[in-house]
Amino acid sequence: MTTATARTGVDARKILSENGALGGLVVLVVALSILAPTFLSTQNLINVGVQAAVVAVLAFGSTFVIVSGGIDLSVGSVAALSAMVGAWSSAEAGLPGPVALLLGLATGVAAGLINGAMVSFGRLPAFIATLAMLSIARGLTLVVSQGTPLATPDVVTFLGSNLVPQVPLPLLIMLVFFGITGFVLSRTYAGRSMYAIGGNEEAARLSGIDVRRQKLVIYALSGLFAAVAGMLLAGRLASAGPQAAVGYELDAIAAVVIGGASLSGGVGRAFGTLVGALVLAVLRNGLNQLQVSPFWQQVVIGVVIALAVLLDTLRRRSR
Amino acid sequence: MNLTRRAALAALSVTTLALTAACGSGASSSGGGADISVGLALSTLNNPYFVELKQGAEEAAAELGVKLTVVDAQNDATNQVNQVQTFTTQGVKAIIINPVDSKQAGPAAKAAENASIPLIAVDRTVDDGKVASEVTSDNVQGGSLAAIELGRATSGGVVHLQGIPGASATRDRGFGFEQGLNSGAIKVVASQPADFDRAKGLDVTTNLLQSNPDLKGVFADNDEMALGAIKALGDRAGKDVHVVGFDGTPDGIKAVEDGTMAATIAQQPKVLGRQAVEQAVKAAKGETVQQVVSVEVKVVTKKNVAEFKK
Repeated sequence: MTTATARTGVDARKILSENGALGGLVVLVVALSILAPTFLSTQNLINVGVQAAVVAVLAFGSTFVIVSGGIDLSVGSVAALSAMVGAWSSAEAGLPGPVALLLGLATGVAAGLINGAMVSFGRLPAFIATLAMLSIARGLTLVVSQGTPLATPDVVTFLGSNLVPQVPLPLLIMLVFFGITGFVLSRTYAGRSMYAIGGNEEAARLSGIDVRRQKLVIYALSGLFAAVAGMLLAGRLASAGPQAAVGYELDAIAAVVIGGASLSGGVGRAFGTLVGALVLAVLRNGLNQLQVSPFWQQVVIGVVIALAVLLDTLRRRSR
Repeated sequence: MNLTRRAALAALSVTTLALTAACGSGASSSGGGADISVGLALSTLNNPYFVELKQGAEEAAAELGVKLTVVDAQNDATNQVNQVQTFTTQGVKAIIINPVDSKQAGPAAKAAENASIPLIAVDRTVDDGKVASEVTSDNVQGGSLAAIELGRATSGGVVHLQGIPGASATRDRGFGFEQGLNSGAIKVVASQPADFDRAKGLDVTTNLLQSNPDLKGVFADNDEMALGAIKALGDRAGKDVHVVGFDGTPDGIKAVEDGTMAATIAQQPKVLGRQAVEQAVKAAKGETVQQVVSVEVKVVTKKNVAEFKK
């Protein structure tokens, strides 16, 4: 890259090269604004933000894992289990709401720690360890709930409602977790080790990073974020469902990858993941408003995911 | 590499053991000195409706003193075929299948037929295969009743929240709903899938409200989606927008009682489970069975909601 070209297009190029998915999101928003007259209203954009929140928070947690070269398939099930433990603790065991909320969050951390232990000490491939947890956590959700939805404690329901009219709390929580994720990734030892481990695990180990311990931290964070996402989902419905968040792990992974992270590790950013989650939410919202046939919706979603990542790959290659 | 592989194997064997133990305990729960053993292959337990169906079946099995083994296919049709095949080698005298999908249950029916074990279909039919008895509630009729009830509650534009695209309950209820529409003053302005899921019901309704702000009604293929729609509608639910669900789950019944849901079409999953076991035991003993057992669906409105509360 010569100085001349760098100087002429430095701003646009910098923004685009760092945020490839943003281009895709902009194209999508412009297209939908033209096709669906009600898309670009303030209320609808707020709706999109709220609808993105659960997947975004899950995906922020997954960003840690994917940056470190791992994968976490259990986040959807862990989200459901955490919310269910929270709901059960208050509805069935009669504990106060805040205690129930904390127990739910602790459940997520515990599931994450077990994932981390299986990966680092058990030396299971992350794919298998978290696939096992996907099944275990979903099963435990059914065991705890006995297959029926449970009402959430007020404090959890509050998390899913509006702080003041027009200002939904899920949207704010998503932005807070976006900030936390960005901070952890770029400003903390744990975050820097995620990039190091994802870039080259052996080199990270040789340079003095306790890889095993960091992996425990990484999966525990993913579990905690999953628990928060589960609380948001349950809060929005005022109810924790045994079948809640089925398949959300794939949305989370898609959001991270659309956001420009590499599944082979070492690359990924909080902003990209946020954009990735918004792409999915905008798409689903738009498909409803355009009343696309149910049979075609999944096709369209798949094509857009592929195009978004393809765009990003081409852009990187041309750099 | 070797270590990883060994660890994986160890984990696998632990899981298998745990699973076997779990299955074992489930099977022995309803003993009663029975020489008749019946297998129940459920589509999923991930839904209160099927949990109730299982409870009805277990109660009937306990009363009749037969051993009931329950397996859950987790909504995977292939998995279900395997489970039915496994039943045929376990010496069960009758198999009850609650197909994941009516159109994909043929191979399971074939497996039972080859082993000369009578097969009873519950809740959903088996499209292609021999069954001794079908114990179902009529989804098509239920869909029509829902349309009539919604037409009674409101007039104008309504939204249809559909179940998982291609699933038999989605097809049948949707078909019935469209047939029932002819009789009322309501018009479907949008049909979108929300996959039988409450969270998706909330999101899809929210989105459709943007493009159809003067919506008058919602029909959802199940109560879970209807409850999501009610969340999306907020204060409008039960006032200027009327919601009709399907299934009559405890949460759905409660919403009817509260007035946020205009009506739900109640199936009677416990009765379905009970009838299926009764037919299965008759078949196992070589007695004559009733080929078609139709369990009534009932329209639940605020007027009669008290009958359905448990």
